[in-house]
Amino acid sequence: MEHAVILVYSTSHAMRIEKLLATRGTVCKLIPVPRHLSSDCGVCVRVSRADIETARSVVAESGIEIEGIHEIWPI
Amino acid sequence: MNRNPNLIYLDNAATSWPKPPQVAAAMTRFLEETGANPGRSGHRLSVDAARLVFETREQVARLFNAPDPLRVTFALNVTEALNLALHGLLRPGDHIITSSMEHNSVMRPLRHLEKRGVAVTVVPCSPEGFLNPANVESAIRPNTTLIALNHASNVTGTLLPVRAAGEIARRHNLLLLADVAQTAGAYPLDMQVDNIDLLAFTGHKSLYGPTGTGGLVLGTRVDESKLSALKQGGTGTRSEREEQPEFLPDKYESGTPNAVGLAGLGAGLDWIMARGVNSIRQHEMTLCRKLMGGLREISGVTVYGPRDANLRTAVISFNIAGLPPSEVGLRLDEDYGILCRVGLHCAPAAHRTLGTFPAGTVRFGLGAFNINRDIDATLAAIQQLVTDHCSHGTRRHPRLLHQPRHAD
Ligand SMILES: Cc1ncc(COP(=O)(O)O)c(C=O)c1O
Repeated sequence: MEHAVILVYSTSHAMRIEKLLATRGTVCKLIPVPRHLSSDCGVCVRVSRADIETARSVVAESGIEIEGIHEIWPI
Repeated sequence: MNRNPNLIYLDNAATSWPKPPQVAAAMTRFLEETGANPGRSGHRLSVDAARLVFETREQVARLFNAPDPLRVTFALNVTEALNLALHGLLRPGDHIITSSMEHNSVMRPLRHLEKRGVAVTVVPCSPEGFLNPANVESAIRPNTTLIALNHASNVTGTLLPVRAAGEIARRHNLLLLADVAQTAGAYPLDMQVDNIDLLAFTGHKSLYGPTGTGGLVLGTRVDESKLSALKQGGTGTRSEREEQPEFLPDKYESGTPNAVGLAGLGAGLDWIMARGVNSIRQHEMTLCRKLMGGLREISGVTVYGPRDANLRTAVISFNIAGLPPSEVGLRLDEDYGILCRVGLHCAPAAHRTLGTFPAGTVRFGLGAFNINRDIDATLAAIQQLVTDHCSHGTRRHPRLLHQPRHAD
């Protein structure tokens, strides 16, 4: 499946976004930040590409500043 | 829950005990099943650990009606949280207002900062520990930036007018810092209604968590760019940068947190919210009224603090004429298995206010797990102590004749 990841500044931000996505019934997974996207060693929030718009609106609603949303493909 | 039937624990104002059984269960589960470093590594156990810490953050925000769980910063205890607030906010030339009922966790950082050019006004309280908010307002100067008050005294249980002081702070564009060590979980608290800008809490008292947990909750009026961090270090995020992050909560949370403790605190918070703060308060105050009333009927016993239960928490300070507090404490422990705290309770200013400095008092701190029978047995023990003292004097217990300790 094709995915997108939400890069965040804080692990706590990832947790918050995970909870908000869950309230919308959107499944996500917290994974280590893919090295080609960032040198940050923390976690990011992975969602299905189909859920990118939901993810964007959840992030906007939360007021959390994120580093970006990136599409990723299986390697 | 392992309640030793031979002990009556009346030292909940220092640390609550026993804890709800869910607390130890959550901590055991964490150590046995989760165990990893919260959020540092990104594998499933690390993510699970981070999630547990975050859930406790959410619980704290819910209990205090904080604006956002991300504005909850965890610390080792309320002392560390108060140090973060005071050292982080106050600059030389600033003026701060506090009360004469404060714990040394506020007084000592302030005396330290005073030597570095922060002006400190300690507003006197009445002999029962009451603070008149008008005296706070009249102490305001052009350079005042902060009002710091405990919500309830750890010596007498006297409730301080935090809400009124917060209103004054808003009117004068100041911040209000509340030390809620004695009220969190035992008295209704709402950051928005009570006008609290910085709420400092400890996990091991009436939140029924383990020691090593606490924190500082920031209201929306606090600009975090003006609150400097106490320490800098790894946060598991933005590792490519050598500067401390500026976003919350990472700015104030360097180093691996007490995740096992926070798992326990989360279980304590769950337990409080399921039972309800009001019902816990009602239970404690029923016992408190009975204990205060019973103590007052024993001749030679002086009870300090407010008589009206609505104006206090379930912390009772008293003395027995002719018996130093340290002797009362030792006899209660050795002869009756009743555990309490004697002396100055880390609050010399409060004891000066009550007129009990330097000998201090005997303090009973009730908790959610005390029962009626504890109160009956305690009153009988105090009655017996007084009777023995009157008929034989303290000489009957020569081993107990030692100088009262004046240290905290
Ligand atoms: C009002 C008050 N402030 C501060 C403290 C310090 O708490 P801790 O030792 O958890 O930092 C206590 C209890 O000891 C307290 O009752």
